[in-house]
Amino acid sequence: MTQNYENLPKDSFERIARDTVQAEKISKPSVSFWQDAWRSLKKNKGAIVSLVLFGFIVIMALIGPILSPYEPNAQTITHANLPPKIPVVENLGIFNGEGKLGGKTVDLYEMKNVDQYYWFGTDGLGRDMFARVWKGTQVSLFIAFVAAAIDMVIGVIYGGISGYFGGRIDDVMQRIVEILTGIPNLVVVILFILIMDPGILAIIIALTITGWTGMSRVVRGQVLKYKNQEFVLAARTLGASDSRIIWKHLMPNVLGVIIINTMFTIPGAIFFEAFLSFIGLGLQAPDASLGTLINDGYKLIQYQPHILLFPAVVLSLIMIAFNLIGDGLRDALDPKMKD
Amino acid sequence: MARYIGKRLIYMFITLALIATFTFFLMKVLPGSPIASADKLSPEQRAVVEARYGLDQPLPVQYFNYMFGLLQGDLGISINQFKGADVTDVILSRMGPSAQIGFQGMVLGTFLGILFGMVAALRQNTWVDYTSTIVAIIGISIPSFVFASLLQYWFGLKWDLFPVALWKDGFMSSVLPSIALAMFPLATAARFIRTEMIEVLGSDYITLAKAKGASGSEIAFKHAFRNALIPLVTVLGPMAVSILTGSLVVEQIFAIPGIGEQFVKSIMVNDFSIIMGTTMFFSVFLIAIILIVDILYGVIDPRIRLSGGKN
Repeated sequence: MTQNYENLPKDSFERIARDTVQAEKISKPSVSFWQDAWRSLKKNKGAIVSLVLFGFIVIMALIGPILSPYEPNAQTITHANLPPKIPVVENLGIFNGEGKLGGKTVDLYEMKNVDQYYWFGTDGLGRDMFARVWKGTQVSLFIAFVAAAIDMVIGVIYGGISGYFGGRIDDVMQRIVEILTGIPNLVVVILFILIMDPGILAIIIALTITGWTGMSRVVRGQVLKYKNQEFVLAARTLGASDSRIIWKHLMPNVLGVIIINTMFTIPGAIFFEAFLSFIGLGLQAPDASLGTLINDGYKLIQYQPHILLFPAVVLSLIMIAFNLIGDGLRDALDPKMKD
Repeated sequence: MARYIGKRLIYMFITLALIATFTFFLMKVLPGSPIASADKLSPEQRAVVEARYGLDQPLPVQYFNYMFGLLQGDLGISINQFKGADVTDVILSRMGPSAQIGFQGMVLGTFLGILFGMVAALRQNTWVDYTSTIVAIIGISIPSFVFASLLQYWFGLKWDLFPVALWKDGFMSSVLPSIALAMFPLATAARFIRTEMIEVLGSDYITLAKAKGASGSEIAFKHAFRNALIPLVTVLGPMAVSILTGSLVVEQIFAIPGIGEQFVKSIMVNDFSIIMGTTMFFSVFLIAIILIVDILYGVIDPRIRLSGGKN
């Protein structure tokens, strides 16, 4: 690189006329906020794998109980406590229907004269675990989604009104929220379950009774941040109504935070439902959720570990997937937000 | 600061009064008489027993007696499990094991979590970092009761390293439950410290320390770690909540004679006075912890302006 640039011949350069059109030209197509978010989410391997995994679990929760030839609550006492047996896989030496009986490994299916395959085995009442696990997943997901949706609606409306109108309304509304958030979640949930008949509805109400406060705080903070910015002022100057400003100008900006928050509410709800079922405040037999199945399985952990295995694995996978998707979405939608 | 603490104390009081009122009326509404085998008693006997426990008085008087008792730490009388025993005594007698596993779990979890988070931040994007992240995700995601059952199955039943259950071998009995409770604090602390450390390591004063010629370990411990540690105080509250929630199931699984196990048992047999008393106890405990954490944060980090009300 010792060339002497001064000695380059002048005619090797050519003057280009200034073109004002070119200067303003955007060479790449413009990327919207959501396209950009999707792009960075796609780069996050954990989130994408989780998304696929979660999709699979949802599909199984919907069609699993139908795939199984058995009803989730149908009891066949003669087929009780069978270990898992899956066609094809059984040839590999696992899930081949063999279990320990009096210290010896025997084919329990042969012993009990069972020709059918129970993919996840059966429980103590001879109910098909495959159908029960997916039915339970369905119930758990249903509770979590409904609870999260209710939290979201109440939280967004409450936080939105509180933040947008401000002043005295905000003061009163925030004092109420401060008292409500002071009550520990665990205490509220347990007290509400005690008054109501245990069941899906009771769990959903207990989860949402104070669950929305987190969302309302986040939404209020965001609305406060945006409502005094120039674009809102411009819209107001042009005569936009309150509802137009809220829906057209503020909502799109707050949406990212709402989605992130909901993504973290759902695993929380799934956990609480399973937790309540585990301590005996959840669904009542014969209805099953992942929590009640784990509770049943736990009691037989020493002799029939497979009854605990499948619901515990499904529950753990859902929780991991949701946390990873939530993390990914948070990074994609708002790189600056930390918690 | 004093004004802030005063305001928070007032809120705390209102919240507790609300919970207590709710609890009181719940006990009145729920079915079942506080007197054992009430049907078999003659009206006269019944009147004597009711007078003994103040149940013959009008509802508002009972309410004020109850609230006044609460102020003095009296949580009422057990209905069907411990006939006539003070709920406060029942709870206090079971404090020991719960406090021990809770404390051990918290300390173990926080300590390991800080260690994991720090190593992950210093060796960012290496296998150490990825392992630590995976551990953290698993710790946050897997519910404590699933984790506790696994620990019990492998370490207790299969490998026979620790007692399977019960509270008979002193410290050895507390190992598995403590580990089960430690998972959430561990994961939370690891994630938190990692994020904070990475942010701190990118700040100007670290560059200055490097320029000045400080060694790697000096930067890591003296400059980065100390500043990353401060915000950890904010997650102590959620950690305490998780330990308490977890203790309900973990004590149940390992058959530990603690408050949580008693609580779950009381739910099964509908002993409302114990349920309500324990609920009040939990409320006071959690609300106090969150208040202490908030105040502590203001004391440790002067940059936080408490009186301004950041929310």
